[in-house]
Amino acid sequence: MSYEPVIGLEIHAQLLTRSKIFCGCSTAFGAPPNTHVCPVCLGLPGALPVLNRQAVDFAIRTGLALGCRIQSRSIFARKNYFYPDLPKGYQISQYELPVAVDGALEWTSDGQTRRVGITRVHMEEDAGKSLHEGFADAARRSYVDFNRSGVPLVEIVTEPDLRSAADAADFFERLRAILVRIGVNDGNMEEGSLRCDANVSVRPAGATTLGTKAEVKNLNSFRFLQKALEYEIARQTELLEEGGTVTQETRLWDAAAGVTVSMRSKEEAHDYRYFPEPDLPPLVIDDARVEATRAALPELPAAREARYVAEFGLPKTDAATLVLRMPGLDDYFEATAQASGNPREAANTVLGLVRARMNDEGIGSVDALRAKLPEARLAELIGLVTRGEISRPVAKDVFDRMFASGEPAAAIVAREGLAQIDDEAAITAVIARVLAEQEDAVAQYRGGRTATFGFLVGQVMRATGGKANPKRVNALLRQALEAES
Amino acid sequence: MSAPDTAATLRDAVVSGARSAEEVCREALDRLERLDPALHAFNTVTAERALAGARDLDRRRAASPRALDSLPLAGVPVAVKDNLCTRGVRTTASSRILEHYVPPYDATIVTRLEGAGALIVGKTNCDEFAMGSSNENSAFGPVHNPWDRTRTPGGSSGGSAAAVAAGITPVAIGSDTGGSIRQPAALCGITGLKPSYGRVSRYGLIAFASSLDQIGPFARTAADAARLLDVMAGEDPRDATTAALPAPALQGALTGDVRGMRIGVPRRLLDQGLDPEVREAFLAALDVLRGRGTTLVDVELPRARYAIPVYYLVATAEASSNLARYDGVRYGFRAPGTSDTDLRTMYCRTRDLGFGPEVKRRIILGTYVLSAGYYDAYYLKAQQVRTLIRQDYDDAFTRTDVVALPTSPVPAFRLGERVDDPLQMYLNDVFTVSANLTGLPAISVPCGFTRGRLPIGLQLTGPGFDEAAILRVADAYERETGWWKEVPE
Ligand SMILES: [Zn+2]
Repeated sequence: MSYEPVIGLEIHAQLLTRSKIFCGCSTAFGAPPNTHVCPVCLGLPGALPVLNRQAVDFAIRTGLALGCRIQSRSIFARKNYFYPDLPKGYQISQYELPVAVDGALEWTSDGQTRRVGITRVHMEEDAGKSLHEGFADAARRSYVDFNRSGVPLVEIVTEPDLRSAADAADFFERLRAILVRIGVNDGNMEEGSLRCDANVSVRPAGATTLGTKAEVKNLNSFRFLQKALEYEIARQTELLEEGGTVTQETRLWDAAAGVTVSMRSKEEAHDYRYFPEPDLPPLVIDDARVEATRAALPELPAAREARYVAEFGLPKTDAATLVLRMPGLDDYFEATAQASGNPREAANTVLGLVRARMNDEGIGSVDALRAKLPEARLAELIGLVTRGEISRPVAKDVFDRMFASGEPAAAIVAREGLAQIDDEAAITAVIARVLAEQEDAVAQYRGGRTATFGFLVGQVMRATGGKANPKRVNALLRQALEAES
Repeated sequence: MSAPDTAATLRDAVVSGARSAEEVCREALDRLERLDPALHAFNTVTAERALAGARDLDRRRAASPRALDSLPLAGVPVAVKDNLCTRGVRTTASSRILEHYVPPYDATIVTRLEGAGALIVGKTNCDEFAMGSSNENSAFGPVHNPWDRTRTPGGSSGGSAAAVAAGITPVAIGSDTGGSIRQPAALCGITGLKPSYGRVSRYGLIAFASSLDQIGPFARTAADAARLLDVMAGEDPRDATTAALPAPALQGALTGDVRGMRIGVPRRLLDQGLDPEVREAFLAALDVLRGRGTTLVDVELPRARYAIPVYYLVATAEASSNLARYDGVRYGFRAPGTSDTDLRTMYCRTRDLGFGPEVKRRIILGTYVLSAGYYDAYYLKAQQVRTLIRQDYDDAFTRTDVVALPTSPVPAFRLGERVDDPLQMYLNDVFTVSANLTGLPAISVPCGFTRGRLPIGLQLTGPGFDEAAILRVADAYERETGWWKEVPE
């Protein structure tokens, strides 16, 4: 019997508001522990929450970008449990009436349309962070940093519509691109501002009922998500094939070991005792606010991807890579394309030279890239290539120098004498010299081995230090070879 | 002892320069020092803070004779319940778990009172986390009723009520979740007002049950209560449940003229364990009101009889969540020797030793009420009935302007008499909890004494945000009767 996996995701995304969801404290990451705190986010006796309007706007934007219906009235609820990083003993979340419901995300992969329903988007506050390492008495004590306590989150819950680990990773990547594009989340999974849990079960292919699911936590990269799901699907399939049963439980992905391990069983699951938060009135969102937010939505990644293909003539895979792979890379590309007036060359350069250099130097974000190489600088280089002032091989050299020194491309070209040689007489002279040195190759070419032509072009280019205009070299070389035969 | 000065009298004396604020303040502190050992109304005395405030007022007046004219409480000593946060001053909620807790901020009403010139002389004893009707649940021992020290002052705001009844301060602040201002006011022979839910900011009030809690004044007169509420009331950007309504300007409503007003009497509720002397005093009070030109009308509040069970489901559910933060992790009490045990042991021992038996009883009840499988039957059902009770009152207010009931079915009982019977204790709240469940304003005014000279209270409930109606009737009643002038020996 063959088995089919059924997967649903729960994604937590920190909202990019300047202040926390229920108080005025800063949300900035990386401050010294417990410096962005106040009576409200420390849960001091008597403190009360007041809802951040910007966080609501971001939640509405998220809901709309995912095709959801925004509920005109939603309510906050308390999720009760004890943990040292949860200062009030409850998390303010939404439960029965979330801010947005009934959306979907669609995309095409391998020529097939995928559709994943979005059950709900709700708002909640983040907890503090427990610190177990780096203290002299860490063996006996833990510490808590409440800077993160009260940072606004949206939780996005999908329908169990995903059918493979690869699709799940695809979906998460597309979701991230949307959240970053609409400006509500920075897409940073390493710092935990975007986190993913998965519910996964398997069932006999063709069955309509769901199997027993496990919840897998700690899936904080696309690769981990895919690996963990592949592992979990295999584990559950094997269990069933051996006549066993799957236990409903929460499992943790151990990235080092490449396995999921049981964290707690269904019996140990918390009873969160949800009830409506009496300290906050119902959240009422009128149509005007929804429509104003909808009208202000930017071009979403799917539309952008399609436009890159239609308008710039980029290959589909290039368009997808620009839009999905790294948050903000599409913006970087667009600015470069516009400034240089050559979108295709801009795409090739960004996907080729730029990405390679980012990998080499471990540059992890577009902001860091921009600091090293602003779009305008890169556009100047592309302009030189476009106008034929330098050749492509030289362009790579100039790019490397530009990246290291921050100097404008034109200045490097001028100082190093790298301008393209386009002078007919000069190139003809070099060709004559090369043909004289390469008698064998010339004889082979004239004997009918036309493939040798490429070799001869390469020799001419090398002799000019890569500066000769390749088109001109082609034409003049062919002329020279034909003329003398 | 002659009747002590009202807040209005003291304030006018200070503003006019007839008396210095420091002198008024010192007198209050002297009375406190002299009387409190027998009453135990105060957990903490804040003499320095009060005197510093008084000297500041005196300096301002010395610099400019009219400097205090705009301060409605200039130089008025006030006692504040110990569940209201005061910056730099220990705030315990009368609980072991917060015994040494010092808040870093002031409750909104503390800021407003001090901004109006009030002098906070101390933090008053109460039932632990405001849970109780007799003040016997204080971790620091009960308050004694100034009229009979073997008896309860009522609760939970017993210390605030006793401080005013004993004449230590002319006014005090309490909180009322199920009657915690009105019932002790009745048992101590003074006036106590629970405002409409949303009228006064709860920011800085240590929460018991968030959807029921309101902060309100104790005073000797309705006029003083109105004066305090005018200062305390109003929208607060720190409390999302405050109503966006203009300041009520209640003092102007106290015209003494109640002719044509209708007083609704839900006579069917009077069969609920009512003490005969309380009934007698209540009916006499109705006669007085009729004599001032009001009309008595019968009203039905058919669902009000469910108020006690509904109240104890909603209040305990919210309390179980509100009190989860007292876990020994960040502040307050941590059980000795548990810092190096596992987390669970630390939690359990801290909460076992830090909370008293009534608080634990309510946390357990509330946890049960919210548990999976019970939520619909208890919490949800209670909220539905709560809505119906509010509908009953809304219906009644189409036919009447205020609803009159006794505040407490019994006068002050002896300390220790009811501690072993929590159910009997809960029934003390039978006439008061409806105002909290519905969010309506209600006031208790003195309306006589038992033959054993224990005070009795008349409760008036008004339509939402119509504190003016109940204060006007209370004030007219006071003008006609002298009960409010009586003081304990
Ligand atoms: Zn804060």
